Amino acid sequence: MDIFGISTQALFGQLLIGLINGSFYALLSLGLAVIFGLLNIINFTHGAQYMMGAFVAWLLLNKLGIGYWWALLLAPLAVGATGVAMERLMLSRLYQLDHLYGLLLTFGLALIIQGLFRNEFGSSGLPYRIPEQLTGGQNLGFMFLPNYRAWVIAASLVVCLATWYVIERTKLGAYLRAATENPQLVQAFGVNVPRMITLTYGFGVGLAGLAGVMAAPIYQVNPLMGADLIIVVFAVVVIGGMGSILGSILTGFGLGVVEGLTKVFYPEASNIVIFVIMVIVLLIKPAGLFGTQK
Amino acid sequence: MKRNLLAWAAAAAVAASAGVAQAQVSDGLIKIGVLTDMSSLYTDLSGKGSELAARMAVEDFGAARKGLKVEIVSADHQNKPDVGSSIVRQWFDVDKVDVVVDVPNSGVALAVNQITRDKGKAFLVSGAASADLTGKSCSPNTIHWAYDTWMLANGTGNAIVKTGGDSWFFLTADYAFGHALERDTEAVVLKNGGKVLGKVRHPLNNQDFSSFLLQAQASKAKIVGMANAGGDTTNTIKQAAEFGIVKAGQSLAGLLVFITDVHSLGLPIAQGLIFTETFYWDANDATRAFAKRFSEANRGIHPTMIHAGVYSSVIHMLKAVEAGKTDDGTKLIAKMKEMPTDDPLFGKGSIRQDGRKLHPAYLVEVKKPSESKAPWDYHKVRATIPADQAFRPMADGGCPLVK
Repeated sequence: MDIFGISTQALFGQLLIGLINGSFYALLSLGLAVIFGLLNIINFTHGAQYMMGAFVAWLLLNKLGIGYWWALLLAPLAVGATGVAMERLMLSRLYQLDHLYGLLLTFGLALIIQGLFRNEFGSSGLPYRIPEQLTGGQNLGFMFLPNYRAWVIAASLVVCLATWYVIERTKLGAYLRAATENPQLVQAFGVNVPRMITLTYGFGVGLAGLAGVMAAPIYQVNPLMGADLIIVVFAVVVIGGMGSILGSILTGFGLGVVEGLTKVFYPEASNIVIFVIMVIVLLIKPAGLFGTQK
Repeated sequence: MKRNLLAWAAAAAVAASAGVAQAQVSDGLIKIGVLTDMSSLYTDLSGKGSELAARMAVEDFGAARKGLKVEIVSADHQNKPDVGSSIVRQWFDVDKVDVVVDVPNSGVALAVNQITRDKGKAFLVSGAASADLTGKSCSPNTIHWAYDTWMLANGTGNAIVKTGGDSWFFLTADYAFGHALERDTEAVVLKNGGKVLGKVRHPLNNQDFSSFLLQAQASKAKIVGMANAGGDTTNTIKQAAEFGIVKAGQSLAGLLVFITDVHSLGLPIAQGLIFTETFYWDANDATRAFAKRFSEANRGIHPTMIHAGVYSSVIHMLKAVEAGKTDDGTKLIAKMKEMPTDDPLFGKGSIRQDGRKLHPAYLVEVKKPSESKAPWDYHKVRATIPADQAFRPMADGGCPLVK
């Protein structure tokens, strides 16, 4: 059976691939949404922090002999720690100012970090092997699914849903949400709001680091790997609705699929289709698909 | 505004009179502009290394000893033809640059090619691949040095079709270079009785190739031809391994692969890859000595054929300045074409009327990890294609200069 000249088999394959790419979009946009929702900071360093996650994994393996599974835990912690330092030293001074200042600061930092890594490691990228347990793949009949990609979808779904659950359904999440609405009041109840905000930023950044580790075996570990991705991920967040946790997860996966299909029907447009959708969404529903007008 | 205009006119008059006073080498200085990719996917295979190669050439030529003042400037074109064009205009109009070298990215190079011709300067291309630079876009102000798409297609395509790889699917970078490489390879495949089952064009600097690889797989072509370069090629190869493309019986053909790409992939993934290049650092004592000096100053990165091309082209250009006593772009290029070339990296060679520099090409195969004795010991030469067969015959190029 054919749909627009593409066999249904091929179509299934492309849908699945779209979901895989979507899981990276979801993980990254989730971090951005958490940070924007709770800190009101538009974190442009996110791409660089994703790249740092991949590099930490590479350094752990090549300098210390620590493999993928430990990197999955250690790299987000390390990258998150740099995030905490950054929030304490720099971002915390900007909360009273317009969003624009936070955006400029994080954008500048991203350029600096990428430049430093490029100077040190060059631009062609470094190899990172797929962990032993996840090599090979399954023949699904309509496509060959590498085990590692299956793992990426599963892991990212679990992380996304867990984050959503913590923020929307637990007491800790309630504190966080309350603190963004009215920090003074929450502080008056004895909650250490500045520390909570610092840790939230660290967590959002850690998510970027985690996505970086998961990306390392698929793409080359490259100083520029986050530079292009971050723009796309921002579009995802805008389409989903700035600050909407569930919105960013769903749009992340959804747009991955849309992009995947574009690669079949009109590959030349695959790097702009997300922006076209962004424009349309902004025209029709400026707050994003899942956002609420403040 | 009016005063500004006057000042410009005065400055121009002064500049013009200075030109008359020193009729041979304008302002007593040869200025070389290295226009390259300093920040994106082609940085390691050209970039800072190209600037370094130009400096080494000036040093080895002994410019200072011969009383020739040479200055090198460099800039990042960000892989954008508009950015590259405005830099080159500024170089020619304001900074008195005489010769532009390198310029990876055929899109940018074709733009610079036109500007150089309009301004009567000189352009020595090593980084860009499109064979159009000596074909329909050939220019009396341009020499295409290290390699080109026709040579890559001819070397790799021929070898693969003749060993049974007769059905192809192309993964093509969607800009001037990818299109040229795809076109030239397709011609070779068809000429040898093969067929092309499909092609897909991907954006430059793409991250995820799985979707395109799936299409390649569905085509059932024996050969997946990668008409792309740099990070795009390494990502394709890496993900092709992940999706079991090669295990399932299809072969990858790297149409443009650099030693930096092999290094970046690592031998376990890159082994067995076949491609064509015009320079390998481990060919003889002279190239090894060059590679040693070069890599020591370049974070251990060994020279690619682009770096070698920049070095060789600058040396030959300086010889022509010395012999012709001119730095006028058009005259300089004519002089360069007249003189036979000879340098430690490419040996003896020549430059054709259409601007094509001729030297042998090598069909190489990436070594197995067990065969590699040292870092950067990656390639073994399977065949040498002599200079007179490596490049497109002049009559087939359609260069208006030679009609």
